[in-house]
Amino acid sequence: MTLLIQYMLIFASVLLLVALGGCFSEHSGVINIGLEGIMVFGALGGALVMKYLPENASAATVIFLSIMAAMLVGMLYSLLLAVAAINLKADQTLVGTAMNLLGTAAATVFVKAMNTAENPDNVSSTIQYISAKKAFIVDIGGFEFNWFMLLALILLVISWVLLYKTKFGLRLQACGEHPQAADSVGINVYSMRYAGVLISGLLGGVGGLVYITAGVSEWKFENGVAGFGFLALAVMIFGQWKPIRIAMAALLFGLFRSLSNVYTGFDFLARLNIPSSVYNMLPYIISLVVLALTSSKSHAPKAEGIPYDKGSR
Amino acid sequence: MENQYAIEMLGITKRFPGIIANDNITLQLKKGEIHALLGENGAGKSTLMSVLFGLYQPEAGVIKKDGQEVAIRNPNDATALGIGMVHQHFKLVECFTVLDNIIMGVEPNRFGFLQKKEARRKVKELSERYGLHVDPDAKIEDITVGMQQRTEILKMLYRDNEILIFDEPTAVLTPQEIDELMQIMRNLAAEGKSILFISHKLAEIMAVADRCSVLRKGKYIGTVETKNTTMEELSAMMVGRNVNFHVEKVEKTPGDVVLKVENMTVASRVHKNNAVRGVSFEVRAGEIVCIAGIDGNGQTELVYGLTGLEPVTEGKVTLKGTDITKAPIRSRNTMGMSHIPEDRHKHGLVLDYTLEDNIVLQRYFEPEFTRGGFLRRKNIRGYAERLIEQYDVRSGQGAVTSARSMSGGNQQKAIVAREIDRDPELLIAVQPTRGLDVGAIEYIHRQIVAERDAGKAVLLVSLEMDEVMDVSDRILVMYEGEIVGQLDPRTTTAEEMGLYMAGAKREEM
Repeated sequence: MTLLIQYMLIFASVLLLVALGGCFSEHSGVINIGLEGIMVFGALGGALVMKYLPENASAATVIFLSIMAAMLVGMLYSLLLAVAAINLKADQTLVGTAMNLLGTAAATVFVKAMNTAENPDNVSSTIQYISAKKAFIVDIGGFEFNWFMLLALILLVISWVLLYKTKFGLRLQACGEHPQAADSVGINVYSMRYAGVLISGLLGGVGGLVYITAGVSEWKFENGVAGFGFLALAVMIFGQWKPIRIAMAALLFGLFRSLSNVYTGFDFLARLNIPSSVYNMLPYIISLVVLALTSSKSHAPKAEGIPYDKGSR
Repeated sequence: MENQYAIEMLGITKRFPGIIANDNITLQLKKGEIHALLGENGAGKSTLMSVLFGLYQPEAGVIKKDGQEVAIRNPNDATALGIGMVHQHFKLVECFTVLDNIIMGVEPNRFGFLQKKEARRKVKELSERYGLHVDPDAKIEDITVGMQQRTEILKMLYRDNEILIFDEPTAVLTPQEIDELMQIMRNLAAEGKSILFISHKLAEIMAVADRCSVLRKGKYIGTVETKNTTMEELSAMMVGRNVNFHVEKVEKTPGDVVLKVENMTVASRVHKNNAVRGVSFEVRAGEIVCIAGIDGNGQTELVYGLTGLEPVTEGKVTLKGTDITKAPIRSRNTMGMSHIPEDRHKHGLVLDYTLEDNIVLQRYFEPEFTRGGFLRRKNIRGYAERLIEQYDVRSGQGAVTSARSMSGGNQQKAIVAREIDRDPELLIAVQPTRGLDVGAIEYIHRQIVAERDAGKAVLLVSLEMDEVMDVSDRILVMYEGEIVGQLDPRTTTAEEMGLYMAGAKREEM
C-alpha cells in the first residue's frame, strides 16, 4: 500500500508538472503538443548534471543543479515552438509533432555519441545516475519521500496564484481567449505568448527529469518518455485547464500508472492473473475514455492554436 | 483664447497601393460635443480612425490635441492622449468578469498581485455617475449585448479618457437599448467628454449628434450642424446623389402557401436548450415574411433547419405540399428553395473558387453543365457571363476572378444572382444587406421585391429595423427561439417591435 501511494504520488507529480506547463502555454494561446519532446530534453539536461557531478556532491547541490539544468534545457527547447508559432506563425500542431520526433531522436544521437566517445564499445543510449538519484529520496519509515513531490506541490500553488491572483495571469489568459482585446488595451500579445511557452518549457523540463528518476537509476533515451507528454495533455484537458482540477486528474492518472509497478503486491490483483501489459496500458486506455467523455464540453482557451496577427481584425 | 477643439485632424492623406483611402481629410472635434462621422463602407472612416490610433502613419497632415500638434505612433500613444474607442466588435474577454475586463491593461497591483478593491469602488462610482448599470462581478458571457457595451464604455471612463469614439455602436442593440445609449452619450457630453460617433444611420445621427462630418470615397465632403440640415441632405452628401430610402412596393394579395412550418424544433450547437422551440408559420406566394429579432434568438438555427444545414429534431417542414423535413439539401434546392446565407464566406461562396464556379455551384450536375462526368466549361462560362452582365457583378477579371478578391458587395450580388436566377419558389434571404453600402442595399432590396412581385414566396431574416419595416409584408418576431408576435409593418412602430424583440411583450401564437 505504501508503495502504491509512493508511486502514485511520484507519477502524479510528473503529470502535474507537465500538465501545468501545457496549461500555461495554452492559456497564452499556443497549443503545446511538443511537451513530450520538451520532457526528453529536460530529462537529458538533468541526467547529464547528475552523471557529471562529483560523487561527493551534497544532496542539496545535486537537487538544485539538476533541477536548474532540466528547467533551462526545457526552456531552451521550447524556444523552438515559440519562434515557429509566434514569430513565424507556423501550424502549432505540426511544430509540436516535429518537436516530439526531434526530441527523442536528438537525445538518442547525443547520448550514443557521448557514450561511444568515452568507450568505443558502448553504443547504448543509456545514462546512469545511481548515486546521484539517492539525493532526491528521503526514507520515512518505508515510504520513499521524493523531494520532487514537494516541488510539484509548491509549483502547483505558485501556478494557481500566478494565473488567478496576478496581473501577469490576467494578461496571459486574455491573450489565449481574445488576443485582439488584449492588444487593444496595450498588452503585448507576442511577449505574453513567449512567456507562456517558456514557462511550459520550464515545467515540462522538470517533469521530464522527475519522470526518468521516478522508478529507475538509469535511462535509455531511445525510449523517450513513453507518451507521458501526451498523457499530461490528457490530464490538462481532463482538468479543464485549471490548476487544482489538473492536480486531481494527475492523482487519478498517477494511480492507474502506478498499478503496473505494484499490482503484484496486492494479493487479489495478483490472483486475477492479468498480464502486466494490461496494467501498463491502463493509463492510456483511461485517458482515451476520459477524453471521449469530457472533450465535448471542454473549456479550452478560445484563441488557442490561432497565430496572432496584429493586422487582422 | 482657449482652444475650442479637443482633437483636430488636419489635411490627413493616407495612400494604399492603387487607392487613396484618405484624401486631405479634416475632422475637428469640439470639446463636449457629439460629433458624427458619416460615410458609406469604403469611404475612409476606418482608415481615418486607424490614423488617429496610430495604426497607420499618414503621408500628409497633422493631428492636434487641445491645439498642440501631437505625434501618434501606436495605440499606446493614443491611449496616453486620452483617446478611447468602443469597437464595433467588442474587445472583451468572454470568460472574464466585467471588472477584469475593465482593469485589464491598467491593473491596480502591488508587486504584480491584483488589488481589485479600489478598482471595484471606482467602477461602481463611475457607473452611478453616468447611469451605466452593470454588475462588476458578472461574467461577460452571461450579460446582454447592451451591458457588454456599457462595459466597453466603462473601460474608457476608467482610463479617464476625454475623447470617446463609438464605432457603429447601435448595430447590435434593440431600439430601447439604442435610446439608453443615446442618453448615456448625452450624459457623457454634458460631463465634458468629447464624443465621435461613427455611423451610417441617419436617424440616429440626427437624434444625438451636434455636428456631422461626411466622407465619400476617401474625400472630405463637409461638416454640417445637424439642427440646420435634413436626412435627405446628409444622405445626398454621403452618396453623392439622391437616394430613395423608401422601398417602392405595390400592394399584393398573397397566393397559395409555399412554405409551411409546423412545430419546428432545432437543437442548439452551443447550449443544451433548443435554439428553435416549436415554431409554426407559413409563407405564401407573393409575400415577403420577415423574421425580426435581436441576433442570437434562434433565427440562424431556424434557417439552418429550413435549408437542411442542421437536422430538425421535431416538427414538420413542407415546401409546396411536399414534406422536406428530412430531405437532403440538394433536393431542397432542386425543389425550388433558394438561400442567400447569413455568412456569405462560410455558406455562400467557395472563396478560392472562381466566380463562374461559384455561380454554378448548385447546378454543375445539370446536363447543361456536365456531360459524362466532365464539366462543360464553355456552357459554364457562357452562363456565368450572362449572370455577371445581367446582375452587374463587378470583378477584376470577369468570370475567372477568384471570389476572395471581390468586394463584399459584389460577392453578395453574385450570390443573389445565382439564387434568384434559379427561379425559386421560395427565397430565403438572411441578412442579405449586411455590411453593404447604400447603393448595394437599394439594389438588393429591389431584387427581393421583384421576386415577390413575380409571385414567389420570400422569407427574409433581418436584424436591421429599417429593413424589416420597409421591405416586409408581414413581420414575425423571434425571441429565445420562439415566435412571440406577428406584426403588420403598415400599422406597427419600431418601439412596439422593440418590446417584442426584448421579450417584454408577447402574444400567444
